[in-house]
Amino acid sequence: MAEAKTRPVSPEARRPLSPHLQIYRPMLTMMMSILHRITGVALYAGTLLLAWWLVAAATDARAFDTATGVLTSFLGRIVLFGFTWSLFHHLMGGIRHFIWDTGRGMDHPEREYLAQATWIGGVALTIIVWVVAYTLR
Amino acid sequence: MANDSNYMRTTARQVRHLGSAKSGTHHVWHMRLTSYALLPLTIAFVWIVVSLVGKDYNTVRTALGSPAIAITMLLFLLTGIYHMMLGMQTVIEDYVHGEVAKTFSLMANTFFSICVGLACVYAVLRLSFT
Repeated sequence: MAEAKTRPVSPEARRPLSPHLQIYRPMLTMMMSILHRITGVALYAGTLLLAWWLVAAATDARAFDTATGVLTSFLGRIVLFGFTWSLFHHLMGGIRHFIWDTGRGMDHPEREYLAQATWIGGVALTIIVWVVAYTLR
Repeated sequence: MANDSNYMRTTARQVRHLGSAKSGTHHVWHMRLTSYALLPLTIAFVWIVVSLVGKDYNTVRTALGSPAIAITMLLFLLTGIYHMMLGMQTVIEDYVHGEVAKTFSLMANTFFSICVGLACVYAVLRLSFT
């Protein structure tokens, strides 16, 4: 162990490494890429709520009332609002990928517009759906 | 031969000319396929859920069990669960590097996806047939 400490640093170890996340200046396209993954993972966990709601509906009225009671509580609504936003943000990110699939939208100003459209679209659709849901209720 | 300490050939050299596994694009293709399917299915799913907000138990039961809604829900659930299983597989492969931890995470991902998917599908079918 002692000799390992005194060993001189090899040239390989001193070579400059490519910059990693903490070195980069935050960019919108980068944020959208990270958010796409985070919302995907959030939706993964969110399927448990969907499964609970569906299984409760298939069980009986009491189970259903318990599920809807929790889901429509104050905390439940915050979680469902996050669920809705995750779904729409991920959906908008998916549409961005569809555009990229055609080979378009990867150059300079287009990719910035697409990144902006992704987050604005996600937020807008979330608000619209919640306003509609509250109006129809 | 590979155990010989003087053996200098890379593993790539050993498998060259044996051909590809023919499954390299399978994951990405299924990811594209499911994401295209999920665009209309997600809109339909949100439409169904919003229309059921605040409705009483019997209304929700009848709606979810009606053929058009049940079929749409089943398509959304099966496509969505498969899509999320593929997505989480990529996340695990990116961040979990220990061989044991990675294998167990990938197993857990498959088990979780199948359990949640089966529970959802069972519930919709039960609402449809009872």
